Amino acid sequence: MKRDNLVLLAVLILLALVPFAAEFTGQSSWTKLVGQALIYGMAAASLNFILGYGGMVSFGHAAFFGIGGYVVGILYHHFDAGTAFLGIIPGTDQMLVTLPAAVLVAGLAAALVGALSLRTGGVQFIMITLAFAQMFFFLFISLKTYGGEDGIMVRRTNALPGLNMKDKATLYWVVLAFAAAYYLFLRRLVRSSFGQIIAGIRQNERRMAAMGISTLRYKLYAFILSGMGAGLAGALMVNFLRFASPDMMHWTRSGELMVMVILGGVGTLAGPFIGAGALFTLETTLARYTEHWMLPVGILLLVVVLTSKGGLMALIAKLKGGAK
Amino acid sequence: MSPVLDIAGLVKTFGGLTATDHVSLTVDTGEIHALIGPNGAGKSTLINQICGEIIPNAGQIHLAGRDVTRLPPAGRVALGLGRTFQITSLLDDMTVRENLGLAIQAREGGNFRIFDRAAKRNEVWDEADSVLAGSALSARAGVKVADLAHGEKKQLELLMALSQRPRVLLLDEPMAGLGHVESQQMIEALNAARGECAMLLVEHDMEAVFALADRISVLVYGRIIAAGTAEEIRANPAVREAYLGEEDA
Repeated sequence: MKRDNLVLLAVLILLALVPFAAEFTGQSSWTKLVGQALIYGMAAASLNFILGYGGMVSFGHAAFFGIGGYVVGILYHHFDAGTAFLGIIPGTDQMLVTLPAAVLVAGLAAALVGALSLRTGGVQFIMITLAFAQMFFFLFISLKTYGGEDGIMVRRTNALPGLNMKDKATLYWVVLAFAAAYYLFLRRLVRSSFGQIIAGIRQNERRMAAMGISTLRYKLYAFILSGMGAGLAGALMVNFLRFASPDMMHWTRSGELMVMVILGGVGTLAGPFIGAGALFTLETTLARYTEHWMLPVGILLLVVVLTSKGGLMALIAKLKGGAK
Repeated sequence: MSPVLDIAGLVKTFGGLTATDHVSLTVDTGEIHALIGPNGAGKSTLINQICGEIIPNAGQIHLAGRDVTRLPPAGRVALGLGRTFQITSLLDDMTVRENLGLAIQAREGGNFRIFDRAAKRNEVWDEADSVLAGSALSARAGVKVADLAHGEKKQLELLMALSQRPRVLLLDEPMAGLGHVESQQMIEALNAARGECAMLLVEHDMEAVFALADRISVLVYGRIIAAGTAEEIRANPAVREAYLGEEDA
């Protein structure tokens, strides 16, 4: 337990030093890459809570990521134009408002999708979540007010009192702080009473029902919590890249989040972050050499899945065991 | 006094097959009522209707005086219905202690809490430890369920079901697959639990049935063909022909 915290602290310190390292080596893109990987890591970790801990294979998770992002984009759009959303809700560029709003709206969307899809299981559940994500995708494409297929430019990152958010390093540290907080939140969540019930439902839903647990309610609650996490990640991404687009909720994005979870280690806390970092690094490195970077990534994923049940986290555990 | 479980005129058909054909039976407080019958008699279908996993086409199920015919499984558990499964159904990735702890936690409630520490709910773990200490599994608390022997899984399932403090416990073939010594252990455990709750015991093992049951009902082709005490059932010619005779042959 204590060692876990030490490792976590060491990783956080290393991550906090990234902007300095980037400046020192002249590789200014590092900050941007690591920041994005952290945000994807959050989205993947939120998916992992229902997929890995809860056994609900959602193939539409990018929808909540995109919705969270669009909340920030739409609020900025109205702030910029001096208009109000639906004529009632004024726009804003305050992060302390936009982020909670994004989390709330993503949670509502997850409640809707979850309530209609959680009665099914297996392949049906995968397909229904995918279908809902596609509906959201096409909904946002059709919203010409908010840029349609082109999405919304957010010319300035949301303001946070006391911080200069225009500074790339400051923005990165804010993202890092959110990622760290989210990691700690998930750690608490999986060890809580609720987390244990969810783990029980994954292993044997029928048994949990026989113990008096209304499994559907618990699954819905988990699904909403997970969607809120993805919404937070999406909101951060739009702040980080200053751009919201329907691509955020394309089905391939949902697939990428799943790949991150599987690559890093299903049902582990750090796995999705490691998976996101690995996939993102590979993608950007390989994309320099070939536009068919998906092929080597696919082969690598196959190798990882086939050789180590449990992704990179299992591989790390194996290496640690071997070193002893 | 009204029975704790009262089943009246239950019917369930699957296509052309009548799996449950106007079944009526009662389980009184503190009683062990055995339900016997050959394979395919519809015993599991009946159990699943009592639990709420299958909804009957007709008839009523009353639990502790309340009509639960259309209540979902969790609601019936809240009213005091417990069960064990024919094929043991446990949480395989967790240890014996964790399985029992989760069963107690499920009973205690507070399960939507997301900021507490499940491992620090002392009332849950104290109870789990004391139950385990007095059981046949006392030395196996830290073993993963996937690594348990079949008989141990059956024992754990019974402990988990009893930890729900049910009014009536449905036991779906608790002796299935057990060796002689394990069967004796299970009979002892059930006998010891006699005071805690009423039981509906579905079982093939006649030795166990005659050792435990206060009353016996015989189910053949979805229909109850006889009911009575062990002596009456033993002497009943229709039962001998339909069931007991088959076993001897």
